[in-house]
Amino acid sequence: MAVLEVHGLHVSFDTYNGEVKAVRGVNFSLDKGETLAIVGESGSGKSVTAQSIVRLIPSPPGRIKAGEILFDGKDLTQVDKKEMYHIRGSEIGMIFQDPMTSLNPTMTVGKQIMEGLIWHQSYGKVQALQRAVEMLRIVGIPNPEKRVYQYPHQYSGGMRQRAMIAIALACNPRILIADEPTTALDVTIQAQILDLMKDLQEKTETSIILITHDLGVVAEMAQRVAVMYGGTIVETGGVEDIFHRSRHPYTWGLMKSLPRMDQKQEDELESIPGSPPDLLSPPQGCPFADRCPYAMQICHEEMPEQTKVSDSHQVFCWLEHPAAPKVNDLKVNILSK
Amino acid sequence: MLRYVGGRLLLLLITLWLISTMTFVLMHSIPGDPFTSEKKLPEQTLKALKAKYNLDKPLPQQYLLYIKNLATGDLGISIKTPNRTVNEMLEDGFPVSARLGLQAIVIASLAGIVMGMIAAVRQNRPADMILMFIAVLGISIPSFVLGPLLQKYFGLKWELFPLAQWGDGFWGEFKFTVLPSIALAFTPLALVTRLMRSSMLDVLGNDYIRTAQAKGLPPLRVLTRHTLRNAIIPVVTIMGPLVVGILTGSFVIEKIFSIPGIGKYFVESISTRDFSVIMGVTIFYSGLLILMNFFVDLVYGLIDPRIKLGEKEAG
Repeated sequence: MAVLEVHGLHVSFDTYNGEVKAVRGVNFSLDKGETLAIVGESGSGKSVTAQSIVRLIPSPPGRIKAGEILFDGKDLTQVDKKEMYHIRGSEIGMIFQDPMTSLNPTMTVGKQIMEGLIWHQSYGKVQALQRAVEMLRIVGIPNPEKRVYQYPHQYSGGMRQRAMIAIALACNPRILIADEPTTALDVTIQAQILDLMKDLQEKTETSIILITHDLGVVAEMAQRVAVMYGGTIVETGGVEDIFHRSRHPYTWGLMKSLPRMDQKQEDELESIPGSPPDLLSPPQGCPFADRCPYAMQICHEEMPEQTKVSDSHQVFCWLEHPAAPKVNDLKVNILSK
Repeated sequence: MLRYVGGRLLLLLITLWLISTMTFVLMHSIPGDPFTSEKKLPEQTLKALKAKYNLDKPLPQQYLLYIKNLATGDLGISIKTPNRTVNEMLEDGFPVSARLGLQAIVIASLAGIVMGMIAAVRQNRPADMILMFIAVLGISIPSFVLGPLLQKYFGLKWELFPLAQWGDGFWGEFKFTVLPSIALAFTPLALVTRLMRSSMLDVLGNDYIRTAQAKGLPPLRVLTRHTLRNAIIPVVTIMGPLVVGILTGSFVIEKIFSIPGIGKYFVESISTRDFSVIMGVTIFYSGLLILMNFFVDLVYGLIDPRIKLGEKEAG
């Protein structure tokens, strides 16, 4: 059963230059205990989508223009502020990209974990402290009885991200939104943090929305993937679908740009030429049309419709249209390269 | 920590010694002496006077004598107002100035912090604009303009507060102190407001504020628990110099409101070349400034756990 459903979400930012349409009609759902990865390059709208779920986009200038976010049968775009404060942190936890700056430097780590417990679940101080120690132990911080009284500057980067996870999970939320949780960490620490998140997810059955541009992380963590481009989802499917049977030229481009084991050192990494569309005046048609090697006339004129490849796999591309030329040969070419 | 305090106190003594030496040298390089006046004194009288204040001795000897007295806490006798020691003058005047200064500092820091917070939270909205307008006024209107204006309206026209009166030393009656305190506080208030506003905006843009919001804390809690303590650090930094600035700046206000504080000695002693008063007041204020800075450093360590005084980070 879906814990969270997002229908037709539109988010805009009002700037001096006009309205930036950062998210333009995003649909997805999240099941219990599932990890959904939202992938895309910078400016594709993935973070804005995530922050809109908990209404954390700075407003003004940001605003949710249309759409509904159904959580527990309630539309989060409509609930009043007070109710939102109680959903944030206790029902939906969040962790952010940079653990070095995401913790308050003048408050002990323990207090930062306790805060949510005291506020949401009316814990007493002693009780909250016990829970904070327990949380630190769960996320794998050695000596939690001592560490709970320390300040963030006494923690290393990886430990701070662990502490962030402890804060986010302290109230046992049903959804954890992880906004590029490993981007700012060393590779070895990245693996540890991902393992920790997976481990905790199995124990608590939390659903995770993982926002990232790292396809390696996606392969490691996610069951389902939504590929975002220019404020819309261009392809969505299971991990297998996206990695082995992807149908969208943008997804192919992403896959091609990954470094490969069998690549020679002199070879340059593949990249997708061009730059993402200007969301001040988003293109009428497919946002990827300008950079797409297979773009046809219609791609520039009309937004592609959804094509169901299988029950779990959907793609938005005109190439799927029966009248479109087949590019199957090409795909094989890319994957076997 | 104890070592640190000890070290700082030793440094204070050295700094004071340097300041007194420099003041001594500078003072004696100004042409003329306390007895230079339009009316020429008879040769004999002048000689006797100079002998009385040790001014007839060679400079190095004068210097040594002065430092010796200073070490015992004796600042000497005023030359222009005989029979008054500099110590006495400070004892009489300082409590008055301190009372005035303290009140001004309390007004400036408390109101400044609150106003800065409001301005930051309501950035670019009417409240912010009104507060920033007041702050610009505060910075650009000198106290010698504001003082008389306050006197004219609150004192004479509306008769809300008495004028040109002062009670006894530090414990003077409150109503006498209201107008001068406000006049004195206005500029520092504006400074604190602006600093607090920019510091708040800076902190509000930080990732950990978003973390606090993501925890589901309501805005007021985010503000008091996560923003204030971090935003106040720069304000604490300027507090030391600000306190001394207010104390010394009170000269104008003391003159306008006829308050028997220390400020008037500070200026008069220079124009009359009253050597011992110049030295005494300078050393007294320098000591105060150094102590204030030291105090601010201590408070700093209390507010920001990343600052550990006199300890080396382990690891």
